[in-house]
Amino acid sequence: MADVKDIEIKDTAASAASALGAAEAQSDDLSDLEGEKLTLNMGPSHPSTHGVLRIVLELDGEVITKADPDVGYLHRGDEKIAENMTYTQFIPYTDRLDYLAPLANNVAYALSVEKLMGIDKALPPRCQYIRVICCELARISAHLLGLGAFAMDVGAMTVFLHTFTEREKIYNLIESLTGARFTTTYTRIGGLARDLPENWVRECEQFLDGVEVNFDETERLLTRNKIFVDRTKDVGVLPLDVAIDYGVSGPNLRASGSNHDLRKVHPYLVYDQLDFDVPVGTVGDCYDRYLVRIEEMRQSVRIIRQCFKNLPDGPVSIDDGKTVLPKKEKVLTGMEELIHQFILVTQGVDTPKGQVYFGAENPKGELGFYINSKGGGTPHRLKIRAPSFVNLSALPYLLKGSMMSDTVAILGSIDFVMGESDR
Amino acid sequence: MSTTAKRLAQKLKKAFSTALGSVSEFRDELTLIVTDPAQIKDVCQYAKTELGFDYLVDVSSVDNYGEDPRFEVVYEMYGYEHQAHLRLVATVSEESAVIPSVTSVWKTADWHEREIYDMMGISFEGHPDLRRILMWEGYPYFPLRKDFPLAGKATELPEVAFSKPAPLEGGPFVTTAGSEDRQRGEPRSKSVSS
Amino acid sequence: MPENPTEIGYNTKIEGDVIVTRADAVLNWFRKNSLWPMPMGLACCAIELMAAGSSRFDISRFGSEVMRFSPRQSDLMIVAGTVTYKMGLAVKRIYDQMAEPKWVIAMGACASTGGMYRSYAVMQGVDNILPVDVYVAGCPPRPEALLDALMKLQTKVGKEPVIRTQKALPVEA
Repeated sequence: MADVKDIEIKDTAASAASALGAAEAQSDDLSDLEGEKLTLNMGPSHPSTHGVLRIVLELDGEVITKADPDVGYLHRGDEKIAENMTYTQFIPYTDRLDYLAPLANNVAYALSVEKLMGIDKALPPRCQYIRVICCELARISAHLLGLGAFAMDVGAMTVFLHTFTEREKIYNLIESLTGARFTTTYTRIGGLARDLPENWVRECEQFLDGVEVNFDETERLLTRNKIFVDRTKDVGVLPLDVAIDYGVSGPNLRASGSNHDLRKVHPYLVYDQLDFDVPVGTVGDCYDRYLVRIEEMRQSVRIIRQCFKNLPDGPVSIDDGKTVLPKKEKVLTGMEELIHQFILVTQGVDTPKGQVYFGAENPKGELGFYINSKGGGTPHRLKIRAPSFVNLSALPYLLKGSMMSDTVAILGSIDFVMGESDR
Repeated sequence: MSTTAKRLAQKLKKAFSTALGSVSEFRDELTLIVTDPAQIKDVCQYAKTELGFDYLVDVSSVDNYGEDPRFEVVYEMYGYEHQAHLRLVATVSEESAVIPSVTSVWKTADWHEREIYDMMGISFEGHPDLRRILMWEGYPYFPLRKDFPLAGKATELPEVAFSKPAPLEGGPFVTTAGSEDRQRGEPRSKSVSS
Repeated sequence: MPENPTEIGYNTKIEGDVIVTRADAVLNWFRKNSLWPMPMGLACCAIELMAAGSSRFDISRFGSEVMRFSPRQSDLMIVAGTVTYKMGLAVKRIYDQMAEPKWVIAMGACASTGGMYRSYAVMQGVDNILPVDVYVAGCPPRPEALLDALMKLQTKVGKEPVIRTQKALPVEA
């Protein structure tokens, strides 16, 4: 007969705790000695990550304890490419930064190079008004898609199709203006590529009337929709001081309570002559971010209408042969214009030595260009301060402590674009 | 607005006269040279708490290949209250390639510094989690340095990623006039006959 | 004997309710009219892909309505956007998970040849890691161009023998 041995079964928690006690000072990988936490990889290819973003989540049941975003899956080397291109040759790359609002990127880049050259105040008024119209159209387009994708992720699939219909109308307008549906490459250093086509203003005004109806429809579908409100209210709260510390900008910052809008505080182009309001949120949750974006779109419509009323006539580029390509007829007949054309195309605009930073209010936040120039037509260093990159850095704070199913709502409400974040 | 920035820059200079050098102004922006980068954290802490620069807009790095010190780290600061910009430029030499991190001052510096480490190879002392952010872990080069070619270099990291040099043939997308034909100027084009 | 093997010669007045054709033709007809795409939407071309799926251009007319994000349930991978070296492994893994028969459309300049990004981080064409059936030019290609590519792919699918031997991919190290 075998002896019955009393085996003392140690409580797993107690054994883990004693082991932990010894190792607590070390990394928090060991805090999961009991094996309760699950590491989940929300991979780069995921329907709701709006691009290629990888998040490594550490879950304790349904609650997220740690979130580590892994960006860089769309890093294309824009900044290094910029060091090998002239300023004008780099404009197509700026389209593809925030590819939902390419006109706004073009304008921001052109303004920063013009600031470096000191000609940003000398732009003709017609050019400035058209640039404002382009920026605001881009803002409407970007917010429409951001909200459509956000609503689709949260479950409201109809909104996505409605917003896409309006975006198709914007694409028609932009195509008649620039030649491409998006990826416009419309601005040039010192002005614009070409002037507005005939009847464009009238078509745009017709579009604006229609899009306001669409905003009302979207609001009717979402703003008091119980499911949408339950999924987004008090989810992903970003307090104002945390937002400022993380460098968050744009609608996300304004939803957290700051009324800082670069168009009001440091007005560029003709924003100081235009009358518009800046929507500010109170709580800083996903619902506030949604409301801020809807209201911003309405204000954009207001801005465009004012621009159409005040649109002056005149040239759309400054009249300097050393910056802007001369007219083709003059190039083919005049010597001086021929030389200007040759130098501009092969060597680029002549910039002074110095460094400059210019930030514009893009739909996603503050898009900034830091240009360090040692003279000549190519930048020595061009740094793109991408708002989505900085907004994403606040993700570990936002996701920590929230539920797994809120991840999608939070990601959708931050409204980032990987093309911009990774450059 | 420029006067506010000048006043704040003067205050900062007075508080840290050993660490800061000259102020220069270009296009309405003030740039302050940091002569002693080891004190950058104290300078930034003072700027944030005393002078109200609560928003770090951007941290960039510049590679002046051939000069000594080789690298520059540029801090672009802004304050929501007084709405003034100020830029600090700190130089880092190539041998040490290390500068104190300002993550404890502004949390946003975390990702910016990781990107500078990834692209330029400058290490940040005191950074909580310094690893590559845009390229994959284990990529052996620092792409934004001037001595690294735009086309890239061949690397192989099994199960993670590989990379091959891109066909540039002498310049960004320029078929050099004077190369014999399209084939040699553009290596990936396929001709009908072959 | 019809030249195109998928041509179904059929006349209701003579044959009535019975279609007599080749097995290849019927199976390919099913396959080509219900290609379910797996949108590998990486960058800007993904927006045009979404536009192709929305009501104006309507990819569902071609049977490709369900954009299945799960590789196991799709037959067609549309690589839309720049493939970077960092992303390459993920794309290859997802392609490997798709069940046979599967096809790939490389949409846009970046997916075909690296596009205008000739740099250290961009794979010069997704055909470095996947066998591509149709390349679509454009930056980004218009949704009509994508639909044209889909139609070309349908023609290609229609010509395939049903029992297809899988040739080994020449892999460049």
